This record gives sequence, structure tokens and C-alpha cells, in this order.
Amino acid sequence: MRLARSHVLIGIEEHSLIAGAKAVEQAFIAAVEKQALSEEIRIVETGSLGIIGHGVVVVVYPEGVTYVGVTKADVPEIVSEHLIKGHPVERLRVYSPPCFDTEKMRTGLVHKQPRIVLSNCGVIDPENLEEAIAGGDYQALEKVITEGISPQGVTDEVTRSGLRGRGGAGFPTGKKWSLTAPGAEKYLVCNADEGEPGMCKDRLILEGDPHRLIEGMILAGYAIGVKKGYIYIRGEYSLPIGRMTRTIENARANNLLGEHILGADISFDIEIKKGAGAYVCGEETALIESIEGKRGYPRLRPPYPGAVGLWGKPTVVNNVETLANVAPIILNGADWFRSFGTETCPGTKVYTVFGHAANPGLIEVEMGTSLREIVYRYGGGVRNGKRFKAALVGGAAGAFIDEDGLNVEMDYDSLRDYSAVLGSGAVLVLDEDASIVELLQGILRFFRHESCGQCVPCRSGTNRLEAILDRFCVGEGSEDDLDLLLRVSRMMRDTAFCPLGQSPVIPIESALRAFRQEFLSYPAVATSV
Amino acid sequence: MKGKNTARTLVSIMLNEEVHVNEVLKKYPPSIRENLLDILHDIQESDPHHYLSNEALTAVATHLGMDLAEIKGTASFYSMFSFTPRGKHVIRVCASPPCQLLGASTVLDKLIDTLAVKEGETTADGLFTLETSSCLGLCGVAPVMMIDETSYGNLTAARIVEIIERIRREDETS
Repeated sequence: MRLARSHVLIGIEEHSLIAGAKAVEQAFIAAVEKQALSEEIRIVETGSLGIIGHGVVVVVYPEGVTYVGVTKADVPEIVSEHLIKGHPVERLRVYSPPCFDTEKMRTGLVHKQPRIVLSNCGVIDPENLEEAIAGGDYQALEKVITEGISPQGVTDEVTRSGLRGRGGAGFPTGKKWSLTAPGAEKYLVCNADEGEPGMCKDRLILEGDPHRLIEGMILAGYAIGVKKGYIYIRGEYSLPIGRMTRTIENARANNLLGEHILGADISFDIEIKKGAGAYVCGEETALIESIEGKRGYPRLRPPYPGAVGLWGKPTVVNNVETLANVAPIILNGADWFRSFGTETCPGTKVYTVFGHAANPGLIEVEMGTSLREIVYRYGGGVRNGKRFKAALVGGAAGAFIDEDGLNVEMDYDSLRDYSAVLGSGAVLVLDEDASIVELLQGILRFFRHESCGQCVPCRSGTNRLEAILDRFCVGEGSEDDLDLLLRVSRMMRDTAFCPLGQSPVIPIESALRAFRQEFLSYPAVATSV
Repeated sequence: MKGKNTARTLVSIMLNEEVHVNEVLKKYPPSIRENLLDILHDIQESDPHHYLSNEALTAVATHLGMDLAEIKGTASFYSMFSFTPRGKHVIRVCASPPCQLLGASTVLDKLIDTLAVKEGETTADGLFTLETSSCLGLCGVAPVMMIDETSYGNLTAARIVEIIERIRREDETS
């Protein structure tokens, strides 16, 4: 490969595509060709650069200059001024606010944002195997093969690392693998059915470094003794589905998937399964039913999938982010991993910070980072100089945390005090003008729409909850209605069949704890604190 | 007159149907239920009206050796499948809380106004069907909608009119 003097990285992911990233890329290619610089300057497609909602983001290396809001009209100026004369275009440039400087973020120089999962995201061309390898992908697999690490050795390392499932409940990953029943026919399923409103971290991992996921799945499959893996991706995710499909084909062509991977005694292959619009399929047993081609009804547990899963065989279901952590753990060791995060929740967590955040984006921070830091340091605070009212943490099944809770250190255990689940890692920032009543109504409508209807508490309960809240929306709700909301949702928590029906109590309880008065005074304008 | 046209449309739909359904089924071995969702996706995507007709579902049932009722029961569980013909372009407005926070209801109202249809309906010229979706996973540029496979974010009333008019113009010239 020829060495280029400059690299222009353009984040090609769904958010930036909306802002016209393809047109900007084409303009760069054309401008560079016109100046006869194609040999010297490479235009590279990469994943999310971490900055979301500020238009097309472009980073020029080796200088590491970041431009935001780039349009194709700006391209000739960037080429002539920056790439030819060496003067960055100041009007488009951002100076490394914490989540903006990808190079520093990657190396953890700024605000200790160590990137374990996202180390290649926004750095490499995700569909280019050479770049993925240069970025460290498949090194852990190579280590396992050359050092002859046994499957048990891989499981032990993951157990020692303390990695916990990044999909929701935080179950220890190594333990989940160990608990898988023995048997000749077993399956590994990667849960990429990311449906939690306000969340798209798995999308950005799939779009940013698909090889990292494949490597994690090979290692997990080797550890558990599985030859066949599935990635269940939600049907709406066309870009990740396409990118993942091509990456799997590429890996297969390079003997990184299939029989005798890299000549070793490891055989593993991956098939993509596409969802079709059902939030409940993010629940692992519903997901398994869906892969089997059935309605996505959750199964009764136990037996857990580790004993009776896909087609009745032992099955491990892991989230995308969980699996993306496996290769770095095997490569660098459990002790290294434990140097990040907290004692009970080692490692990092990927969050998306959206809503009224001044700098919406994708971040990866250590477990135990406070909500205040996530909102203010990484999210840039509240946009338009407004006051912070609350953050909805964890999506629709998440909790409203007001100013008093900003110091909560985010990991699986501390959030439990707020009855919240870290789960998805969605942080939705709400400014002083946001209406908790309207937002909760949206959440309850969502649950009613997504209830699968299998069990009565959820089917009937989600309808009741929405109807009760509707009374507040027309200014007719009473104190009794608030108590009824709590009673019904608590009854659902205690009796519903699966986590979907058990979840509405979380946003309801947390909203009423901090904003009870707002419900009674709606539709009067909400006054904050 | 209207009835005659409808009948003619139906016949042309059915003829078209058979061809594309058979094309899809050829790719999948018979009697393997595991492939059901993939088959339904493929049929719906290749259908000019983006839906699953009774005839198509019957053919799938035969191919997989399953009851039609079971096929329909499974397909109807998933919100991405449609059982009535849809317009040439399917608009899906994200109705999730994050989009709602940044003005999704304005987006939906503006589309209802511009297209003169209600949610779930198709415009009289058969060009657009208006639907909502639970979450499109693009919260960073909320409010969001997808038209076919293309996503549009940071929507405002003015942009919506502009996008719809542009698609209308493109369709006229093509």
C-alpha cells in the first residue's frame, strides 16, 4: 500500500449520511483528483467520529484537525487551503472539546476516555480488513492460536475480567458461558436487536468496527464450543445489515470464518437474521423464537437459553457491546481490563447522549463515571443555555433522574438505587422546558404499542396505563389517578411474564418521585424546580 | 368505471405477484421455517406495492408446508409487514420519545397536512403511504423519518414540504 501524506476521514454512518456525507465524500474525491493529488491524499470512509447532530464530520490526519458541519460547497476550500497550503479552515474547525478529539479520545489523553470497544470506530475504514487488522482486530484470535490457549482458558480470562453483559441486566459474561450445558450442538446468538428508544450504540459499533464483533464471536464460540453463530439485527437497520453482511463475506474469503480458521482447529461461521419490527424481540427468548421463524413471544424461564435455547439446544445470547469487549480482554488480559471502571463493574460503557444535550454524541467512558460528567463534560451540558431538568437514563424502560441525582456513578449496582437499569446506555437530556408528562405519555404509548400480548398483565396493563395518563394530558387527572398509575405498574412488575411488562414501573415511579406536582398542574407550563 | 379499473389493477398485481413470489421462493429450500421472516422481507421488498398479499402468503405456506393461518399469525406479529397494498414510497415517522421531545408530532401533523392522508393511509395518487415507527435509532438527528431506505433528520415543517415536493417532481420526470 502506498503511503499517503494526508488522510481525510469522513464518518459514513446513518446520522452523517442524513447530513449529506456521501456528497461531501464525492466532492473530496473530485477535488483531490482535479488537483492531481489522488496519490498523496486518501479519502477514507470510517464509522461514527463521535460527534452526532453537527452535520458531516471530517477529520484530517496527521494533524488531527476536526471539521464539523461540512457541506460539499466547503470542500474546495478545505482542499486548497488546508490540504495544499497547510492552513486549516478555522470557520469549520472545532478545537477538541472532550468528545470531539478522536485521536486523543482514543489514547485516553483527554478526560480519561479510554476506548476499548470503540478504539477503531471513526479511525479505520470499517469494511477494509487490512485497516481493521492494523487497528488491532484479530490479534486476540492470533494470540489464542499461537499460544495454544484452551477454550477453558478463554472463558477463565473473561470470568476473571469481571465483564458483565452490556445489554441490560449486567449478568457476568464468563459465568453465562460456564453455565452453558454441554452438548455437541450449541449456538451463539449476538443480540443486535437494539430497540430501546434513544439508543443506537450497537448500531454505531456495527457500523464502526464490524470485524471487532466477528472476532469477539469467534472467541466466544471457541470458548463455549459452538460452531454456528447468529447476529439478530433489527430490520430497520439497513446500513448495519449491509455492512455486516459484506464484512462476514470478506472474513469468510480470508479464512477468518468457516472451517479451520487460519489453519487452526477452530471452525465457526456466522449468519445474519433480520428482525421485522418488534421491540420485545430484544428479550433473549423472544429473539430465539423469532430466529426460529415464529412470533416473538418470550418463553418461560427457567429453563434458561444456556440449557434450552435455539431449537431446544444450549444457546448463549450476548449483546453486541459485550462481544466487542471480548477480544481486547483476551489480548490485553483480565488485569488490564480491571484497571478500568469499578471493582464490581470493570471496563467501560458506551453511551449515546441525545435530547437537549449541547454536544449530542457517542462516548465511551469508564464504568462508574457520574451522570453529571456524562451530561456536562461529554454532552456539553444543555443546549441553548437552558437549565437542566432531568435525564432519562436507559431508554423507555429507564428512569428520570433530576438534578439531585446527577452525582450518581453509573454502573449496574449504583443505578439500582434509582430502580434504573444501566442497560442500553441511553442518556436523554431534558431541558427546563421539556414536559415530563408528555414524555411519559410517549413512553407509555410505546409500551402499549410494543406489548406482545402474550400475558394479560402486560397486554391489559399497558393499555390501562396509557388511558390513565391521557387523563392528565387533558388536565383531568387527579391524585387518585397518580396512585392508580403506581398500583397498576407495580402489579405489572410483579406479575408480567417478561421484562417488557415489568418495566413501565421504572419511568413511572421515577417521574412521580421528582415531578409529581407537574402531573397535577399540566397543561400549565412546567416550571422547573 | 372505478370497479373495472380496480379489477384490472388486481389482475396486474396478481400476475406480477406470482413472478416475484416464485423468484423469492426459489432462493429458499422448502419446508424450513427458520427462513420465514427472510422470505417475507424479500417478497415485500420486491413487491411494487410493498405488501404481502393473500396469494403471496398462500404460496409461502405451500412452500414451507405450513398452514396459511400460521404464516399470517407469525407475519402479523411484526410491524414491518403490511397486508394491504402501500404506496410507491413508504414514509415512516419515528414516534419514539426522543423524537417526540424534539418535535415529532409537528412532523407527523405536517405530513398529514401535506399529503392529505391519515396515519396508515395512502395518498390518492398511490405515491405515498404514511406510517409511524417505534424507534428508528437515529436519535442524534431527531426528529427523524425514513422514506423507503433513505433517512431524513433534523426535520422542520419547511423541510418536509421540500422533501415531499422533490420526490413528487422526481417521480413525474422519471
